Amino acid sequence: MSDFEPKIIGLFCNWCTYLAADLAGVSRTPYAANLRIVRVMCSGRIHPEHVLWAFRNGADGVLIGGCHPGDCHYIEGNFKTLRRCLLLKRLLEQFGVDKRRLRLEWISASEADKLRRVVDDFTETLRAIGPFARETPIFRPARTEAPGAVAASTDTKEEG
Amino acid sequence: MASKNGDIPRIGVYVCHCGTNIGGQVNVPEVVAFARTLPNVVVAREYKYMCSDPGQMLIKEDIQKLNINRVVVASCSPHLHEHTFRKATLEGGRNPFLFHMANIREHVSWVTQDPEKATEKAKAIVEAAVYRIQFHEPLESKHVPVHPDVLIVGGGIAGITAALTLADAGKTVYLIERESSIGGHMAKFDKTFPTLDCASCILTPKMTTVKDHPNIHLMTYAEVLEVDGYVGNFRVKVKKKPRYVIEDRCIGCYVCIEHCVYKTPKHPSEFDEGIGLRKPIYIPFPQAVPLVAVIDPETCIEFKSGRCPKKCQKACREIVGRDAIDFTQKEEILEIQVGAVIIATGFQIFDPSRIPEYGYGRYPNVYTSLEVERLVNASGPTGGAIVLRDGRKPQSVAIIHCVGSRDRNYNPWCSRVCCMYSLKLAHLVRERTGAEVYNCYIDMRTPGKGYEEFYEKLLHEGVHFIRGKVAEVTDWTINPEEAGKLVIRVEDSLIGVVRRIPVDMVILSVGLEPRSDAEELRRLFHISCSAEGWFLERHPKLAPVSTYTDGVYIAGACQGPKDIPDAVAQAGAAAGEVLSLVDRGVIELEPNIAVIDARRCSGCHVCIALCPFSAIAFHAEENVARINEALCKGCGVCVGACPSRAISQQLFKDEQILAEIEGLLMVD
Repeated sequence: MSDFEPKIIGLFCNWCTYLAADLAGVSRTPYAANLRIVRVMCSGRIHPEHVLWAFRNGADGVLIGGCHPGDCHYIEGNFKTLRRCLLLKRLLEQFGVDKRRLRLEWISASEADKLRRVVDDFTETLRAIGPFARETPIFRPARTEAPGAVAASTDTKEEG
Repeated sequence: MASKNGDIPRIGVYVCHCGTNIGGQVNVPEVVAFARTLPNVVVAREYKYMCSDPGQMLIKEDIQKLNINRVVVASCSPHLHEHTFRKATLEGGRNPFLFHMANIREHVSWVTQDPEKATEKAKAIVEAAVYRIQFHEPLESKHVPVHPDVLIVGGGIAGITAALTLADAGKTVYLIERESSIGGHMAKFDKTFPTLDCASCILTPKMTTVKDHPNIHLMTYAEVLEVDGYVGNFRVKVKKKPRYVIEDRCIGCYVCIEHCVYKTPKHPSEFDEGIGLRKPIYIPFPQAVPLVAVIDPETCIEFKSGRCPKKCQKACREIVGRDAIDFTQKEEILEIQVGAVIIATGFQIFDPSRIPEYGYGRYPNVYTSLEVERLVNASGPTGGAIVLRDGRKPQSVAIIHCVGSRDRNYNPWCSRVCCMYSLKLAHLVRERTGAEVYNCYIDMRTPGKGYEEFYEKLLHEGVHFIRGKVAEVTDWTINPEEAGKLVIRVEDSLIGVVRRIPVDMVILSVGLEPRSDAEELRRLFHISCSAEGWFLERHPKLAPVSTYTDGVYIAGACQGPKDIPDAVAQAGAAAGEVLSLVDRGVIELEPNIAVIDARRCSGCHVCIALCPFSAIAFHAEENVARINEALCKGCGVCVGACPSRAISQQLFKDEQILAEIEGLLMVD
């Protein structure tokens, strides 16, 4: 358990969070190697299926990165992301998935340091929750989850 | 596996060392060996610099000799070199969109400390790219015409320079300035460092050229209200504030000002930084362009009570015969269409009252450097005489560097110009008053042509230099020598002694800050700000005047602190970028638009309401929605919402994104 390294899929908007990740590189701001990034033009492009597909293929967490409210390059795509994310979290919970595994963050192009904080923090959170497959019967017919995972999935604390 | 368009993918993977930038952290040979094991990969190679000519040649040769039809380059961010490699793919003989870039520098080698983890992550990203590119298909870029006119926001030296360069090239330029005259900060200065050129002597001719230029539409006292559209075709709404003086009729004769019911000026002049006074009707400075009076409704009696005898209006009508004053003027909204925008809105100075220990606002003889610029200026409130508030000539003057700059409590950055202007003010004060001048600095920063030499010159002029950050400015005196003076307490760190220096006048060399409303402007034009609030350039080195929004450029101090030569150079660069865009006449748009498959569309209307650009319309006779290609900006919001999965986004198709996700998760 202690050597568990969660895999995080980052679905990042081309104009803000993807650039923040570029900036983190340019300014040599190291963060957890657990993040793997997919670029989309707008966080509003992200379909719930992308998130579910990531979990199905072995992701332990999905980080959606969009522009701050009011800053969307396409006027208001990020508001649609926000709505979809809230619904998707409810769906994940109904599936027995800890909703903390899906995280939405507004990270602008200049916020490389915020990206670092979020990725490091998310990695820690996922380490604490444990691997995805342990708690999700729908992806694994035989329930093999540890008691700790159950406690984690009933945790109603909303992340910031 | 055959791709959708029928051909069998033959993939070439090229992993870049980027010198040691990638190769130093990622085991590139291991990544290449791994890439060879991936499906449909025909060839995988490594090269020191893929973006170099020989690097690109590898791609072109493999396309021709090995019949490669898909190209993956694992190197830096697509924001840097996607175009380079798309072009190489095209020159090799393939559609440029049969290329995908794997970012293993910014997203891997530069941010991952453990080489093993970095290598694993790089492998995952390469695998994702290989999976994704199987679903790429040839695409055609869309070309749209570029409107030849240009908008420049901000009429300081950067905006003026850019406007003149473009107008001389025959372009129609709209120059918008918020104040009632162009000129910006430079118009307030007396001399410029290090040559001690008279600022207005070099600026005023440029200002009048702007006014007289047939290709420049100058709009002062105006602000940008709304921006719509995209590169090549911006629609901009401009608000022209009422100045209550009809611009075409006013000849700038000052008669109205002389006849104002206020016999003497009583209100602080904004242009003179509050140390000079003006009347409610005023011309900010004698060289103002346009030389047109303006009425401040906040102080004008007519606006406050409606019972002013309106002597100014009468004088204009009867003495000058122009009838230029119109108290009923309303604000005007104008709409203009342009192909490109240059933002040159400059900076604001740090407010030193935020540092209470320096006593600004509490001790009358503590000045900001900009106030002193007005004092030494021949057209300033004292006619160029450097005097204290009570009219006395100062015997001793302290100049405190780095006020608000290089200070974690305020602004961490170096404002770049303060050392040089402090030296200039030291020279001018010494020259005009003979006072003892003490420059208290942290580090003397004089990089620039002739700058160090200027510092050297000052060292021999008898100016005192004290290396140390001033702790406080106080009027608490401890001996008769200090009586009636301000005392600077500073540690002279070169001799290790804490000193008390009694002076008559203190000049605070305030730093430069982003304008407080930069955030609003940023949103209007959809550009970004750095964490400090300066407008963000596309690349700090290679695209210093471009932004991430195509067609919007930045110049001057709005991008970061800079002096006049740098602002002028940047303005020229921005004008050059605009010319290259406008003269091309057409712009190639990324073909990442959304497409509706009419056979799958159920006509539910969901996408129509979601589209932020009203690009989707419903066709009742066929019961389907259709996307107007010209209006679609390629955000993909509709794609993510279509319940029938009838919409797809080119370059970001679901199968491409899903394959990428799958590939990213294959490597542990």
